[in-house]
Amino acid sequence: MFWHAPYYRHPCFREGVIAQLAIAPGVAAWGLMTGVAMVKLGLGVTASLVMTLVVFAGSAQLAAIPPLLGGAPMWVVLVTAFCVNLRFVVFSAHLRRYMMHLPRWHRLTMGYLSGDLPYVLFIQRFPQPAQDAQARVEQMAYLCALGSTNWATWLVFNLAGVLLAQWIPASWGFGFAGVLALSGLLWSLADTRLRLISAATAGVAAVLAADLPLKLNILVGIVTAVALCLALEKHVDRVSEADAP
Amino acid sequence: MTDAWMAWFAEAAQWLHAQGLDPHTLLTFVLMGFLTMVARSFFFIPDGEWTLPRWAQRGLYYAPIAALTAVVVPEVVLTQGQLIQTWEDARLLAMAAGAVYFFWRKGQGQAVLGTIVVGMAVYLPLHMGLGW
Repeated sequence: MFWHAPYYRHPCFREGVIAQLAIAPGVAAWGLMTGVAMVKLGLGVTASLVMTLVVFAGSAQLAAIPPLLGGAPMWVVLVTAFCVNLRFVVFSAHLRRYMMHLPRWHRLTMGYLSGDLPYVLFIQRFPQPAQDAQARVEQMAYLCALGSTNWATWLVFNLAGVLLAQWIPASWGFGFAGVLALSGLLWSLADTRLRLISAATAGVAAVLAADLPLKLNILVGIVTAVALCLALEKHVDRVSEADAP
Repeated sequence: MTDAWMAWFAEAAQWLHAQGLDPHTLLTFVLMGFLTMVARSFFFIPDGEWTLPRWAQRGLYYAPIAALTAVVVPEVVLTQGQLIQTWEDARLLAMAAGAVYFFWRKGQGQAVLGTIVVGMAVYLPLHMGLGW
């Protein structure tokens, strides 16, 4: 089991909990807001609670709700959620060298818990993977602490938001906070020219294809944008170093 | 062992259905949770060494922002499936205010949270007060 004594008795575990608690107010506010927004986007309270407990990915949760409630088939909802989650695939390539000494289920549990903030805090604290067994335990204790603390904070405040939402009238339009949250993540990804082109293309294509049934316009947006960027990057005279993932 | 789990799961699903969560949505959530794990563990799931083809690696780089925009833009510029014809729209102005805040802060610190707060501070008065 990943949650075991060599980790939580290690001094680095305590250090990780403290590091994650330092940014907990941000996680708490974002979790609270996501919880309120989920209910106000039209998802029922039970559905919101179960989604929070099982899915554990705020941006994917919010992004999946419009297609889900719009009657999209399950695979469209899943593709949308997975595309929003693709940034984690990039993180996992980075974390691989830190993880491979663990058994697979242990790695998967660690992976599930490694959201945006634990990932960032972890690689700041340990820029290089450990070379010996002792240092590996130290690193994994720290990552385990970050992930567990983040998970607990997120869950408590997201659930609180879901329950709180009942007292906020739907007419206030609080569901829009969810759209704004996704937009904030969007701006944080808009760091290179080709990514801006990807965003612009996806936005225009998703609006032009809005008449398609089952929210397929989201898929049309993603596929058009990625295909265009892959075609363009061969022709952009000099893809800057910053454009490399 | 597996049978006991299946029975337990079926019972839980039935109970949740009675609480207003239909099995189709429940299955969607379970698969989404599985995808959270797959995405976050992606490159350390197999025991051996492996790499994605180059086009897929590059695609990874463009897809997340495309997915976010494809969800966000229609939510902001469409009303009942029609493109809005006016600037007097709380959603547009809130989105713009949020973006200004984000880029003013250069994305540092709790910039995403600030984007939400600033955006809602513009959205709520316009939406509730003026009905935009």
